[in-house]
Amino acid sequence: MSQVATAHPSVEPAESPLTPESWGKLGMWIFLAGDAMSFGALLAGYGVLRYGSVDWPTPSSVLGINLTALMTFLLISSSVTMVYALAAIKRGDLAGLKKFLALTVLGGLTFLGLQAYEWTHLIHEGLGFTANRWGASLFGTTFFAITGFHGAHVTGGVIYLSIYLIQALRGRLAAESANHIEIAALYWHFVDLVWILVFTFVYLV
Amino acid sequence: MATDHKMPNYMAIFWWLLVLTILEVAVIYAPMAKLIIVILLIGMALSKASLVALYFMHLRFEPRTLGIIALVPLILCVFLVFMLVPDHAAVPHKTTVTEAAGQPAAHE
Repeated sequence: MSQVATAHPSVEPAESPLTPESWGKLGMWIFLAGDAMSFGALLAGYGVLRYGSVDWPTPSSVLGINLTALMTFLLISSSVTMVYALAAIKRGDLAGLKKFLALTVLGGLTFLGLQAYEWTHLIHEGLGFTANRWGASLFGTTFFAITGFHGAHVTGGVIYLSIYLIQALRGRLAAESANHIEIAALYWHFVDLVWILVFTFVYLV
Repeated sequence: MATDHKMPNYMAIFWWLLVLTILEVAVIYAPMAKLIIVILLIGMALSKASLVALYFMHLRFEPRTLGIIALVPLILCVFLVFMLVPDHAAVPHKTTVTEAAGQPAAHE
């Protein structure tokens, strides 16, 4: 039961109180809390602009819900593969880490590809940053601002995870690096979490 | 290094997220009042977000204070929405760019 180390005299004095694993993990959590506010402000602004508009189109009549549902599925799946990548490195299974990390990066890249396709399609149809064939032009502004900000996060996440994937493939990542993968995983899950909210508020509501 | 909690059943979380996503897409076509649909959508979205935070991000197994850090932005965003209520009360207006401002290829 109580295998917890009893007050050891040589405990590091500078240990992070909330995240004993590392300060970096606490740093990532605080960064994510701030980043969440950026998204929160964008979504709150979206809500106000939409509520105050009389000609806001129904999103599902302009945007492709099926495609974005597939994109949601992809991000959720890539979150699951990320979880398995972390579990793999924690038990020292570097082959598993490489496999699941590669799948996660692939999920992120496919998501970005589909988003590029979606944007191109919508722009051709007449939805621009300041133009909207279906009504309120702010619909286009908010749509591209919010999905663009999220897409930038996915891009950042793909680069972030690719760096670890390359390190793993070169054999420079050992089981001791599990903490770094855990911190990267937090970021990736956050991007997934935000997409769940963006998908609901921008596409479905 | 690793916390020795039992590994949650990640596949179960995945299936929950998938089912909720399908329900979300289905509910927007349901013959119900718009308000009810919106409430259902927000409820399902927050449930999904909580599942990701609690299990994928392991918040459930972390110290409570870390969970409070994670909740702060949500609370601040609720404040933000209330602070913007006066704008909600403003007279609804068209937010379309006027013809004079130019939408070159908008009309055939």
